[in-house]
Amino acid sequence: MARIVGGIACSHVPAIGAALDKGSSGNPYWAPYFAGLAPAREWLARLKPDVAILVYNDHANAFSLEIIPTFLLGVAPEFPVADEGFGPRPVPKVIGHPKFAWSLVEALILDEFDMTIANEMPVDHGLTVPLSVTCGQVPEWPFKVIPLCVNVVQYPPPTGLRCYKLGQAMARAVAAYPEDLRVVIYGTGGMSHQLQGERAGFVNREFDQAFLESMVNDPERLTKLSHTQYMREGGSEGIEMVMWLTMRGAMGGQVREAYRFYHVPTSNTAAGLLCVEPTP
Amino acid sequence: MSAPRDYEDIPGTYVYDAERGRVGYTLNMFCMSLNKPENRAAFKADEAQYLDRFPLSAGQRAAVLARDWLGMLKVGGNIYYTIKIAFCDGLTFQDVAGMMCGMPKEEYAKMMLAGGRSPAGNLYKERE
Repeated sequence: MARIVGGIACSHVPAIGAALDKGSSGNPYWAPYFAGLAPAREWLARLKPDVAILVYNDHANAFSLEIIPTFLLGVAPEFPVADEGFGPRPVPKVIGHPKFAWSLVEALILDEFDMTIANEMPVDHGLTVPLSVTCGQVPEWPFKVIPLCVNVVQYPPPTGLRCYKLGQAMARAVAAYPEDLRVVIYGTGGMSHQLQGERAGFVNREFDQAFLESMVNDPERLTKLSHTQYMREGGSEGIEMVMWLTMRGAMGGQVREAYRFYHVPTSNTAAGLLCVEPTP
Repeated sequence: MSAPRDYEDIPGTYVYDAERGRVGYTLNMFCMSLNKPENRAAFKADEAQYLDRFPLSAGQRAAVLARDWLGMLKVGGNIYYTIKIAFCDGLTFQDVAGMMCGMPKEEYAKMMLAGGRSPAGNLYKERE
């Protein structure tokens, strides 16, 4: 049967992708950040996943405000890389796993999570940057990817608690799949940042450090944070971190921390990276 | 039951909620149209004429033409959408962030390198 072998929480800042794509990842601004990724890449390569379920948000590329799905799962055989206004990122196309994805959709909906289903959609930096962060520059991505897209652009996003429960349902859905698959799950976005208004550039290191710590040892605390707490203490766009809780919910009660990394700044944002493994 | 808007006392922050979504929809959909190269070309060729295609309020129209990035947020703009105008102009996110908080580009970049805008004094609007 399918089983979850690892969980990754990671930022998806577009400038990280641009630094790789333009060859500037070794310059003095970026080198300390990229150096911090190496242990996570080695860890992930050792896990040899077959499929990743990647929780992220679209940034007005695949979707606009016409129709706003709160939770959406991509069931396509492949997902083209979106043109975000400067041409698509020069990264491999994203290969899906329709059979597994459809089984997840069925299981989640019957478990009372009303997923929107996407048969066709491009994927933007929200999905491709986490792949670049954890896999580097590769001719093809080393595993298949099932996109799980969450609305965090139009307020209100789903609550952190709802995202966490979706992760728990996802774990049940994965365990119910009969074929042997090694699955990793990503929660992406954050960490603290604000892109808008007179408070743009807001970063809260203390909030982020406490968040990382609770992601490992006390996720229940995080499920009690209100949207206003996220926005006030983590920045208006820091509310993306609710998506980390889907990963954490899927990992079960106790986890083993494999790696943790935190860096400020990546462009306008504090970047975090956390790798966890299930405990037997 | 409508949600309490207890985030309105966060300083310098314009949450894109139902109120702003209701008034901002057409403004943001104009921004979305700039994802297409032919629309970017038409907008650049004659901004006023291109904007006639969208039922914007006078305030929204003026904010776009003046590139008043903060003003756009106040009339329903969503930053993920209004930034598309900036990209069309060849600006970066950091350029616009600096302009929204009234800081010269270099000063904003220096603040980010030093760890970003501190939470101290930036969690609540000043009490009257």
